[in-house]
Amino acid sequence: MTLLTLDLFLALGGAFLAILSGLIATDESHPQRWGSAAFWLLLAVALGAGPWLPSVVVGYLLLAITLLVATKQVGAPRFPADDIVLKEARAKQLGNRLLWPVLVVPCVAIVGGALLPQTNFGSWSLVSPKHGAQIALVLGCLSGLVLALRTTGERPLVAAREGGRLLQLLGWALILPTMLAALGGIMGRAGVGDAIAQLVAAVLPVQFPFIAVLAYCGGMALFTILLGNAFAAFPVMTLGVGLPFIVKAHGGDPAVMGTLGMLSGYCGTLVTPMAANFNLVPAKLLELRDEYAIIKAQAPFAVAIWAFNLIVMAVCVY
Amino acid sequence: MLKLLGLLLIGAGFAFRLNPLFVVVVGGLLTGVLGGLSINEVVAMMGQFFTDNRALLLPVIFMVPIVGLLERHGLQERMAALIRRATAATAGRVAWTYQILRGLTSVFGLSIGNHAAMVRPLIAPLAEGAATAPRAPLSEPQRADIRAHAAAAENVGNFFSDDIVVAVGALLLIKAFFDTAGIAVSLRELQLWSLPTALWVIAVGGWRYRALDARLRRVATALKTKS
Repeated sequence: MTLLTLDLFLALGGAFLAILSGLIATDESHPQRWGSAAFWLLLAVALGAGPWLPSVVVGYLLLAITLLVATKQVGAPRFPADDIVLKEARAKQLGNRLLWPVLVVPCVAIVGGALLPQTNFGSWSLVSPKHGAQIALVLGCLSGLVLALRTTGERPLVAAREGGRLLQLLGWALILPTMLAALGGIMGRAGVGDAIAQLVAAVLPVQFPFIAVLAYCGGMALFTILLGNAFAAFPVMTLGVGLPFIVKAHGGDPAVMGTLGMLSGYCGTLVTPMAANFNLVPAKLLELRDEYAIIKAQAPFAVAIWAFNLIVMAVCVY
Repeated sequence: MLKLLGLLLIGAGFAFRLNPLFVVVVGGLLTGVLGGLSINEVVAMMGQFFTDNRALLLPVIFMVPIVGLLERHGLQERMAALIRRATAATAGRVAWTYQILRGLTSVFGLSIGNHAAMVRPLIAPLAEGAATAPRAPLSEPQRADIRAHAAAAENVGNFFSDDIVVAVGALLLIKAFFDTAGIAVSLRELQLWSLPTALWVIAVGGWRYRALDARLRRVATALKTKS
């Protein structure tokens, strides 16, 4: 038996979203009051009750959420700009005590991630080893929250309101990463990867050793751009191009190929909107007007790192 | 080849800047149906994959109350005040330092933060504070430029030095994949071949963040000569 399951904390997260939905529903000045309240309530149910509902029901909840978003029923209210003078004064008064709650989070997460999975009481374990790191992170956040409430002297409802303000800025972007994971799964089931690998091998003259390396590194980046995930691109490209041509036909070193191939895939991650949790969600979180701003900043990184990977692989793999 | 139509649709949707959530969901439905599944089966798959992966939302959902609360009490202002004391600090140097620190911890398979836990509350305000000269507030495009590079520092630091000393993620996946394919590789070799790129990435960061500082400086001197 496991005492603290991940589902328990996900249900707690769902409860927070339900509170946010309630706060929106009672806010008469919210410009998209009912659409937004419905959005957060449906998401609260999908997040909190997911494993206890038939998956087809969860799927239709997600479709309903998407329809609300597509028909522009969901939005964030205009938040009154906080009083800068007041904030400067509070910053001076609280000083570095403001930093501790943020720093406590990774500390608890790292220590907890190492210790929690090993804590057992006979046949009862505290957390399942598979989810130890994730649960430790949540416990880190909860300790940070308690500390933040004590430091600022605010009530918990204020924390829910302020957190809700940031969540509303994120809106639909919050669930995009999970929907991309779903898309990746569906594509895998439909055999999209194999079709692409066949296409690459058919179009390029991979009988030349350098062309094979170019096709593999380029394919890893391109396929990652399309799918948003290098881990999804890796098996497809390695089975379709890497192993048959670089390793088997030309006698290349699989360790060099695999490592630098994966790193080439990450260059694709830097420039694709499909990697939403790295590129689009942070743009919203940082309140950037251009949702592609982070991708634009990362593009030169991606080109320089990809070219380096290609050269190292071409020189060292054979 | 018909099943690639879903991908094409997604590409077109992104190119025309339609809502990404809508594009991805419709693309998924189309791909599944073209792959021979019924609508109900695809929707059920979506629900199942969402349920399996919904822990991805946890770090953001549990972090935002802390960040929102502290920002209301002047966290960003405090970070800006701290960095003004360090006269050698620039926006680019803050980002570069964070990228290297982030890389160093992921060498050991540890994650010290993400966009919600580190970049928004700490790194972006530090970088902006370092760039703000007295009596010369940052313009909106400059602020966006700095924030985008702070986010880039997190991503680049996170991606390219995974597992070099303690393997927990990507390299284990590569090894498991080769093991299943019946090809012998040792984890040591994979770690060794990760090293050159990890070092190169630090140099690339140096180049990009210097360019950022140079852009910010140019605007600052242009302002000075005007007044």
